This record gives sequence, C-alpha cells and structure tokens, in this order.
Amino acid sequence: MVLNGSQILANVLIENEVDTIFGYPGGAVLNIYDALYEYSDRITHILTAHEQGAAHAADGYARATGKTGVCLATSGPGATNLVTGIATAYMDSVPMVAITGNVPNSLIGRDSFQEVYIAGITMPITKHNFVVRKIEDLAPTLRSAFKIAISGRPGPVLVDIPKDITAAVTEYTPAPKQTAERLLSYTGDRIDVIAEEINKAKRPVIIFGGGVKNSNAGKILKNIIKKANIPATHTLMAAGVLRWDMEENLGMLGMHGSVCANRAVNDADVIITVGSRFSDRVALSPSKFGKRAVMIHIDIDQSEIDKNVKCDYHIVGDAETVLGDLEPLLEETRHTEWFEEINKMDKQIAFTQGGDVLHPKEIMDIISEVGGDDGLYVTDVGQHQMWAAQYLHHVKADNFLTSGGLGTMGYGYGAAIGAQIGTGRKTVFHITGDGSFHMNLNEACTAVSYDLPVITVILNNSVLGMVRQWQTSFYGKRYSATDPHRKTNYVKLAEGFGAKGYSCKNADEFRAALKEAVEYGGPVWIECLVGKDEKVLPMIPGGGTVEDIICE
Amino acid sequence: MNKKKYLSILVDNHEGVLTRIASLFRQRGFNIDSLTVSATNDSSLSRITIGMSGDEEEIKQIINQTKKLYEYEGMFEIDPNDSLIRELLLVKVAADEHIRSSLLELATIYKAKIIDISDGSMVFELTGKPLKLDSYIENLKPYKILEMCRTGATALQRGKVKMTK
Repeated sequence: MVLNGSQILANVLIENEVDTIFGYPGGAVLNIYDALYEYSDRITHILTAHEQGAAHAADGYARATGKTGVCLATSGPGATNLVTGIATAYMDSVPMVAITGNVPNSLIGRDSFQEVYIAGITMPITKHNFVVRKIEDLAPTLRSAFKIAISGRPGPVLVDIPKDITAAVTEYTPAPKQTAERLLSYTGDRIDVIAEEINKAKRPVIIFGGGVKNSNAGKILKNIIKKANIPATHTLMAAGVLRWDMEENLGMLGMHGSVCANRAVNDADVIITVGSRFSDRVALSPSKFGKRAVMIHIDIDQSEIDKNVKCDYHIVGDAETVLGDLEPLLEETRHTEWFEEINKMDKQIAFTQGGDVLHPKEIMDIISEVGGDDGLYVTDVGQHQMWAAQYLHHVKADNFLTSGGLGTMGYGYGAAIGAQIGTGRKTVFHITGDGSFHMNLNEACTAVSYDLPVITVILNNSVLGMVRQWQTSFYGKRYSATDPHRKTNYVKLAEGFGAKGYSCKNADEFRAALKEAVEYGGPVWIECLVGKDEKVLPMIPGGGTVEDIICE
Repeated sequence: MNKKKYLSILVDNHEGVLTRIASLFRQRGFNIDSLTVSATNDSSLSRITIGMSGDEEEIKQIINQTKKLYEYEGMFEIDPNDSLIRELLLVKVAADEHIRSSLLELATIYKAKIIDISDGSMVFELTGKPLKLDSYIENLKPYKILEMCRTGATALQRGKVKMTK
C-alpha cells in the first residue's frame, strides 16, 4: 500500500505496539501530527507543556512498563528541548525512541528557521541516531531504531525526519514487531572457576545494579542470595529488586549508602558485582574499592569491564542467563559469622521528630504506608531523592523511578506522568524538592488536562538542599546561591493550574492529605515543610572510603 | 606509559561515521595522532585507520567504546610485526643549485621521489612506514622545509584476514 512518510511512521509505531507517545507539535512535524489525527484511534498522543516533559514522560513510561518509550518533537528548539531527557535515558539505559522533525532536505544546512543538526547534538547521548534522507529508508530506519533501543544494554535512539520525507510517498509493507537481540551466550572467564571462588568465600558480598532490573534477573538473584547465603547491596538504580526488609538486603551502597553495605564491601573477601558499572557514586575511590576482595564482574556491556574498577574475573552477558548458570554451581552454605559481623557494623541515623516540620524519614514512611506494594514512586534529584532511596519501603523493581546517572533535576514530573499513563495506577507519587520542582512544574497542566492521578509530594526546605549540604560540610557554610528566597504558594499555584493543593506541617496532616489525594484520583500537590539543615546521611565524601563516612 | 598504537576499524559506509568516532575519542580525551578514512573492496564499508597514543588501559577502554558503535563492523590492532603499515609524505624543501645534489643524495638513500623542481624549491614524495618518514624528515632538518604533509598511516594485516567483531 502506498502511504506518505507520516502514515508510515504511524504504521511502524503500530507494528511495534506503541499505543502512546508523548510530544509537542510544530512546523516541521505538521504532517506527522496530521497523520496522528488520522490514527488517533490506535495511537494516543499526550501533549506535554514542554518537550523536556515529553522526553521524561517517555522515559518514565519505559521504566514503569518495560516497553520502549516514544517522544516526538519538532525541529530546532523542539529537538534541543528533548536533549536533557534523552541524556537522562542514556545514562540510565532506558529504551527510548525519540523522533524529531527537521526542515525539508532542500533547506538543511542553510541555517533555516528552526533548523538544528540534532543528530550531531545527540551523538554522544544516544545509542545511535539517524537522519532519514530518503522516503524508502524511513520504515527500515524506524524499525532499526526500535531494535537498537531494546537490544543488549538498552538506550535511547533518535530518528530525525526532514519535513519533505514526512510528505513523500512510497510503498509500505507491514513488518513484525522488532524484538531484542538477546545475548544467550556469554563470554569471559569460566563460570565454574568463578563459582569455586564464591564457594570458597568466607565474607562474600553481592553488589547489584540496574542491569539486574533490565534483565529481570531479580528472582534468580534472590535464589542465589538465599542458597549461598550472601549479603547483597544495591545501587540507586536497583532499589526494589530485593524487598527492603529482606534479611540479606544491606540497602544502598555508595555515597549515601548504608554504613553496613559500605563496610561489608570494604571488608569482603569476594565481591560479585552484577549489572553495575562502579560509578563514582558507588566506587568513590576506585583504587581502594573492594581492595581486600576477589572481584567478579558480570555485565552485559563489554566496555564496563575494567572501566572504573579492575576486576579479577569477568563475564560479559545477560545477568539472568549468567546468574541462571551460576546458581546450580553454588554450594548451599551459611555465613552466620559474617552476617553477625555486618549487623554489628550497622549504624542507624538518628533523626528528630515533631515540631513544625516533618522529618524526611517520616515522610517516606507515610508515603510507603499509603502507597503500599503497588505504589509507584518517582523522584526528582537532590536530598529528597536520596531520602526516597534510603527510606521508602521498596518492594518491586519497577516501582522506583529516578534519574541516577545524569542526576536530572526536573525529571520527576514528566516521568511520573509517563509512568502513570503507562501503568494506569492510582498511586503514583512524584516525590520532589522545592528546587527540582520549580524546574519543570509546568507539567502540572499536562496532569490536569489528562486528569492524571499523580500525587506530587514536595519536600520544601526552602533551599537547594543537596548543594547547601555540601556547602555546610565542605565550604564553611558559605551559602552561595542556594537560598533562593522563593515565596511560591504551592496550594494557590496548584489551584491556578487546576490541581489540588495541600500544605502540611506534621505527620498527621500529611497522612490525612495523602489519603485524601489517593481518594481524589486527580493531580494533587502536597507541600511538606522540612528543616533546611536536614542532611542526607550517611555520607562518604567524593573520592573517600568507608573510613571517611559521616553519620551526623 | 604512553604507547603509540594504530587501530584499523571497519565501519559502515554511512554519513557521519567519522564524526561519531571522532566524537567518541574527544569525549574520552583521546588525541588522534593520525587518521585515514578510505573505501574498501566492499562498497558498504569504510576503513578508518587511527594512530593514537595513550596508556594500555586507556587504549583498551577506547577500543571497547568503539566496538559499541552501531556502525562498527570489525577492527584489528595493528601489530607492526604482523602488519603492513604505510604512510605517504610530501615535503617541499627550499633548494638552490648548491644543495640540490645533497638533497638528491638523501632522497636516493630513502628512495624518495622528486615530484617537483621549481624556482628555489623541490618537492619529494616518500612512502613507507611512519618511522621511516620520521627519520627522513629528521635528516631534512638541516635544510629549510617550506611545507609538508603526511597522510597518516594506513595498514593491512599480512596473510589471512583476522578481524575481531
């Protein structure tokens, strides 16, 4: 059948079971939007307030559903506005296809109105990107984009389509849905030798990261932990892979990780790292990281091996496959002494209760209580993000969405909107700080337009808390540009957008507001007042080790 | 320890491939000493030969990053013992009648070709291993080099094709 480029785009989306996309129209994508009008019974287009919101929404949609997120923007500023969202997805290995319009081929390279070379701009932040020069290439290119986004280590792919291509016609032949090229075999060191090292270990520790989540290896990981009785610690990206209250789960590792997790890694004799890349927020001092241990690294991405931390053994492969083969080789054993030792190392962080402010832990406890096991928690970036990572009662891998690698303030609202639309859940909590929230609170209009039950909890300490915390600890309390003196009235502003607003000073007020918000089933903002001197603890300063850990 | 290394990379013959590789090297702070891009016997592929220096670990890392590129098709590290490496040099030297003969003598030793004699200058062409070119240039230093350009190394392996994917 002969179709134009825009109709072909719609059809390739449908081939790939894409029923929802996030975007914003403009001159270069008028033809595409005209096709979306025609295909509106099969593809729902969600109009955001800003293209950045659309990119984050596609990201949140992908993280919450496991499907590929799709966003669409016009040329020039529309395309550049996607950049932060694409980079966020790239750093956290999220499958995304970003489609941008561009000026017609005849105008490319002439500094035309709303022309940018978005393929050049996004080269270092995409797995791959394409410029479609011929109509015949359009369908194959889009199909490749979907395949690349989900194969191996997932990531974003951008397809730039000049306007004339969206109008040109060609024969369209339907194709099946693109599937991931899954690595069934693995390479590297011998798995039996690795199993032998683990079986010999007296003080083993498992570190697991986002790769375990991406490969759905949580279950097999849990079996290994139970069988070989190995304590495990997770990176920010893997919160929820193990239940927060599972005995062997030591909690988060790294800069704001738990004391016992960091100590255990420091004292371990064998460390098995799965689907994690030893980022500088985990291995703060790469040369001293796990220095007493035999290091084993399992990752899907060859380039992660020996990149940040050198390991004794490695396997390049899909976490689920490798762990699946490893499990039968491990002996059933107990590491009772080691666990006792770890439990003695742990240190709870003291916090104050009562007064006219809420303590961050109280907030997270109440959100967990109201949200329960089906609660979907999406954060922005900063202190609130770390508190959410530390204190939420994580139970499922896909229930916690956060910008880990890029650390994008303003990620949360768009992502929460995408995640809500993707899952249809009634309990989607966007946990943010007053700093992050001011970056992209414009997406409130999206939540209102589509009447989405996204509950925004704003931890308002009136300052840019994370940066201020560093200024307190390392810059002699010289608070440069971290106290914005904002006078935002969140309740009124929420109402102005057509949402509902609450402001809470204590736990009872907050619990009541949160329950009301869940009942209400539409967009709600709840401001929680938090003390501005509250710190995220424990903390290991950048470049430090567990010996430098700060607990108060 | 900084080591000089040559990589021969086969990539899809698409627009922008060179930018992609160059961008990758730049992000990782790698300086490219020399670079050649050329057609191959397969019209869908191009060969990029990159000369660079860095320590062993850094080089390993950049190789791994390059292998992740979607348009990457294969590569080999050029081992001087097992590879044929060649580079082309064009050098213009100031030359009046008095020194022409000594320049000619030097050219004969290196098997460089004279490709131009103009008023006051001569142009030599030399093909060979980069080290040979270095040495020739070194010996030309007592004279006045007016202009010069090198193509950068290009290479093939001896015998069987051994590409790693």
